[in-house]
Amino acid sequence: MMDLKETPAPAGEKDDFKSFELALAVKSNDPVNGEYHRLVLEAPEYLLARCQAGQFFHLLCPTANGETPYLRRPMSIYGFYPQQGELHFLYKLAGAGTRALASLTPGDRLNVLGPLGVPFTIEDGWQNLVLVARGVGLATLAPLALEARRLGRKMTAICSARHPDYLMSVDYFRELGADVITLTDAEGTSGVDNLERVIEELIAGGRADAFYTCGSNRILKLLQTIGARHDLPGQIALEQQMACGIGMCHCCVRTFQRDGKLLQLRVCREGPVFDMMEAVAW
Amino acid sequence: MVDLSVAIGDLRLKNPIMPASGTFSEDLAEVFDLERLGAHVTKTITRDWRDGNTLPRVCEVNGSMLNSIGIPSKGVGSFLEKVVPFYQRYDTPLVVSISGNTEEEFATLCREVSVDGVDAIEVNISCPNIEEDGKAFAIRPSSTHKVMRALRAATDLPLWAKLTPNTGETSEVASAAEDGGADALVVANTILSMAIDIHTRKPKLGNLMGGLSGPSLKPIALRMAYQCARATNIPVIGCGGITTAEDVIEYLIAGASAVQVGTATFIHPTVMVTIIDELEAYLRAQGLASVRDLIGTIVDDGQDEAVVFMEAAP
Repeated sequence: MMDLKETPAPAGEKDDFKSFELALAVKSNDPVNGEYHRLVLEAPEYLLARCQAGQFFHLLCPTANGETPYLRRPMSIYGFYPQQGELHFLYKLAGAGTRALASLTPGDRLNVLGPLGVPFTIEDGWQNLVLVARGVGLATLAPLALEARRLGRKMTAICSARHPDYLMSVDYFRELGADVITLTDAEGTSGVDNLERVIEELIAGGRADAFYTCGSNRILKLLQTIGARHDLPGQIALEQQMACGIGMCHCCVRTFQRDGKLLQLRVCREGPVFDMMEAVAW
Repeated sequence: MVDLSVAIGDLRLKNPIMPASGTFSEDLAEVFDLERLGAHVTKTITRDWRDGNTLPRVCEVNGSMLNSIGIPSKGVGSFLEKVVPFYQRYDTPLVVSISGNTEEEFATLCREVSVDGVDAIEVNISCPNIEEDGKAFAIRPSSTHKVMRALRAATDLPLWAKLTPNTGETSEVASAAEDGGADALVVANTILSMAIDIHTRKPKLGNLMGGLSGPSLKPIALRMAYQCARATNIPVIGCGGITTAEDVIEYLIAGASAVQVGTATFIHPTVMVTIIDELEAYLRAQGLASVRDLIGTIVDDGQDEAVVFMEAAP
């Protein structure tokens, strides 16, 4: 009867809704180095106006190479630019879903659902922000850096990767006025001990009011230890396998610690951004 | 103007499209106008708090999915305080899905959710996860009849019995539910399934097994909806793999009076609205005045033996 991928059904007035299912045109989809691709979609202003740093979209990956991913794939927003009408994602080729995304060419349409989830917040007293992430995790923190600059906050971005060639977004963070510290496995600088030393130096210099991170269990544990030691707050964006992405199915829960009790929260609905101290390392 | 309304017993629905339990929540109101739907069906609750199953809780198989969520529930108190009032802003009927481990617990919950604002109770006597090895009331006619009697005594609201495909006695279970006091049958829940990662040799679900849903379930659930419509005199609500208006039409022709859309909403959250619009367009194109003109119009030439085909020998 009709191809749902091409003609999503907006129902009712736009003002009533927070998230939209839309088939957006691909503007570009290019490799940015050996492992990563950047996907740029043309998006309407009302969609981009609702996006916030830390939120995600649930992507309906196309059929490609004989594979048809069935469920949508969640992906954090890498950038949203209302003036240019662009929505950006940065992804690493991993499974059937990302392989299918890599097959998209300009003019193709991609069905997206979003924006979804709880965004990062930057509290008034947090003047010096420390962003810590590894690999593609930096993509999730990129829109946060843009927001921090808009608010005139000082930023240090600690970017970790296997090799200097794989360091993502370093130039982008620099352009936004962040002090960038790069740590790599190849140079032997990305170990937990060295990261701890780097962060302790920032704290001693009065340059760390709050931490932002995502993805890495190792980094989370370290930041929790440091956060507890110095009574410093932080936020973490978490990932989890999802089905609905909206909160209906309860498949994407993780364990959190709050008021001395363990509880399960949905990454798609109560997250993906959580209080760093409440997250339970996995 | 075509008439999309249907009746499930005394309950009139403005159209035959409603969500399947577990694939719908208040959260969906952020994506489309829930007033468009024929009914609202909540995720199954239990009386007491339940955490749900070990992760992973879902995995995809070719063009469908398996789940073993395990009915995480905040309990009946939270449900009556928060969920029921939310749906009172809509005119659309509210159907509450409940489950219990024992007849007594089930009946108590049934009584507790029989409150203002609830228009019908869907009794999930078929969830394959709640008891060990996927055992459920609706696997056998005797346990179906017994639990339905207990539930019938507990409420005056319409009772919809949600049946399971995990049985070799579909018609007998349907008749037992009718005898026990069901006002309608929801046919059906997910079918017990399994998937294994060949690299790790581990089951892909934390609970080892789970329910298959999505397009690959449709022929099985459609066959059951047909059998149940033949075996009973109460309305059948088709459920299983519905993705398009054609799927809905197929269920209606098989004898279903309405349908539930489940997994398709995970892929396209606005799919139920699309289906309603497509169904209306189809009726208009076919020159049919009412969606009810489709119900039970299967051309099967009265082949009764087909109904018992492949069932257990007596």
